Amino acid sequence: MSFLSMTRNIAQNLFEGPSTRRYPKEKREYEQKSRGMIGIDIEACIFCGLCSRRCPTEALTVRKDRKEWEIDRLRCIFCGYCVEVCPKKCLSMANHYSPCVTVREDAIHLEKQAPGPAKEAPADETT
Amino acid sequence: MTEEQTTIEVGNDELLGAVADFRSQGYRLVQICCTALADSTEINYSFDKDYRFMNLRLTVRPGEEIQSISIIYWSAFVYENEMSELFGVRIRNIVVDYRGQFYRTAVATPFITPRADAANDTEKE
Amino acid sequence: MSQRNVIPFGPQHPVLPEPIHLDLVTEDETVVEAIPSIGFVHRGLEKLVEKKDYQDFVYVAERICGICSFMHGMTYCQAVEEIMGVAVPERALYLRTVWAELSRIHSHLMWLGLAADAFGFESLFMNCWKLREGILDIIEATTGGRVIFGSCKIGGVRRDIDDDTMKGIVGKLGSIGREIRHSTDVFLNDYSVQHRLKDVGVLSGEDARSLGTVGPVLRASGVAMDTRKIGYASYRDLKFEPVVEKSGDCHARCRVRVREIFQSIDLIGQAARKMPSGDIAIKVTGAPDGEFFSRVEQPRGEVIYYVKANGSKNLQRFRVRTPTFANLPAMVKMLKGASVADVPNIILTVDPCISCIER
Repeated sequence: MSFLSMTRNIAQNLFEGPSTRRYPKEKREYEQKSRGMIGIDIEACIFCGLCSRRCPTEALTVRKDRKEWEIDRLRCIFCGYCVEVCPKKCLSMANHYSPCVTVREDAIHLEKQAPGPAKEAPADETT
Repeated sequence: MTEEQTTIEVGNDELLGAVADFRSQGYRLVQICCTALADSTEINYSFDKDYRFMNLRLTVRPGEEIQSISIIYWSAFVYENEMSELFGVRIRNIVVDYRGQFYRTAVATPFITPRADAANDTEKE
Repeated sequence: MSQRNVIPFGPQHPVLPEPIHLDLVTEDETVVEAIPSIGFVHRGLEKLVEKKDYQDFVYVAERICGICSFMHGMTYCQAVEEIMGVAVPERALYLRTVWAELSRIHSHLMWLGLAADAFGFESLFMNCWKLREGILDIIEATTGGRVIFGSCKIGGVRRDIDDDTMKGIVGKLGSIGREIRHSTDVFLNDYSVQHRLKDVGVLSGEDARSLGTVGPVLRASGVAMDTRKIGYASYRDLKFEPVVEKSGDCHARCRVRVREIFQSIDLIGQAARKMPSGDIAIKVTGAPDGEFFSRVEQPRGEVIYYVKANGSKNLQRFRVRTPTFANLPAMVKMLKGASVADVPNIILTVDPCISCIER
């Protein structure tokens, strides 16, 4: 039974300095594998809609006729399921979260493919 | 199989006897679980001793009343109150009876929506 | 004959991490009876299984609780895998064990901090949570998230830890372990902590067994029962014994959790040495048909999942009985005869995870 067992911790804390990060002067360093916001290479997308079907929270909307891919960033739970099922591997996961918004509608992010020549025929695909 | 699990079917009148047997052999109550089937309710009583898992299964028709096992295992009152409130199972002689005030849900017996609703949802998907 | 008063405790209380309501019937300063009342965070997750595909449901199962999140996901995957007869690769089982033990260390460190806060020792609380940050950094480096791991799936795991990272983790845990010992020595040896916790909230071994208690609360009363001994995941290949204490009071429950932290660090070292190489997942198709009771040792005790499937892609019934639900009757029993000032201590030593109780 000791009376001063906390002394060592207190002395250590006195000399070590603050344990918390001085945000916003010091920004947080995310790990390489951290799960963050979803990005898309829209030119490679074939609008198959697999990602929107597998999304557990229905955060993705894919419109094939208008060549649009839309994500509601506030609904996304960063699980990475869409990245895994995409057949063209055009979805990627950054390692930081999306920037914060002040109005809910600002969180919906739309990507539209530029109109151009038709994609290559399915017979050319090797996957 | 990670472990062997034995299930024994019992009737309403054999329940207390089987539970008392388990108690005298030193089994502890693990959980009581309720499943709403199409025309009846299935109740599973699980017991464990030295990592050996035993299960008693009781099928209850709607409106039938069953006896509480909380006189043998005191801790069963928590499970039985939850069952009677969420599934509408009628249990008599629960040692600590909350009489429907355990969860205080806005909808009475919310877990037994008719199975037709669930079937419609899966068809639409 | 002294007068009886009813003092409401909760749902909002500075010492409670989650909302639970207790009506304490007191005579002078001694609690005579405690009547619990729950339902403040009931989300009806068991009903959600009728709407979600069984493979997508892992995401919901993980989010039943923030602290024991990985083990919920793992138990669910185990239950469905046993029903479908899927043979999970060995490497995936070892990875699950490593993450489960990391989850246990972080949960116990968090609990130590909260327990210190409950009896007013704020600097110890902050120290324990500072140590927990080291563990959370390891978890984020391997799974991508600090609290919700998102790494279990039906058929295996989604991410791999390569051998170099594994060696780094074991080394880092060794140094974190030495730091943890400075804080846990305060819990075990300090006079003021012992004065607050010894002989408070005593639960005898006989009572613990008959009330269906699980987890550290049971082991602190002298009963050696640890669900990891069943041998799920890779625990059948690892050497360990349940951590048991005899006195059954709050200080014994504290000692059990402290020793379990060091036991988990040792288990991760064992798993790292024995981990085989190979696949991390196996492809699963079709739908489950059957039922199974899956049991796993969470940080708070034994959790049991009952999964019943009927061949369609939605499960028919999904039932979770979490350890705190099983410890509720024991908590009510322990509060009888305690003084009002000790009520927060007793409730916290049971390690209540109310969002687990109410799914």
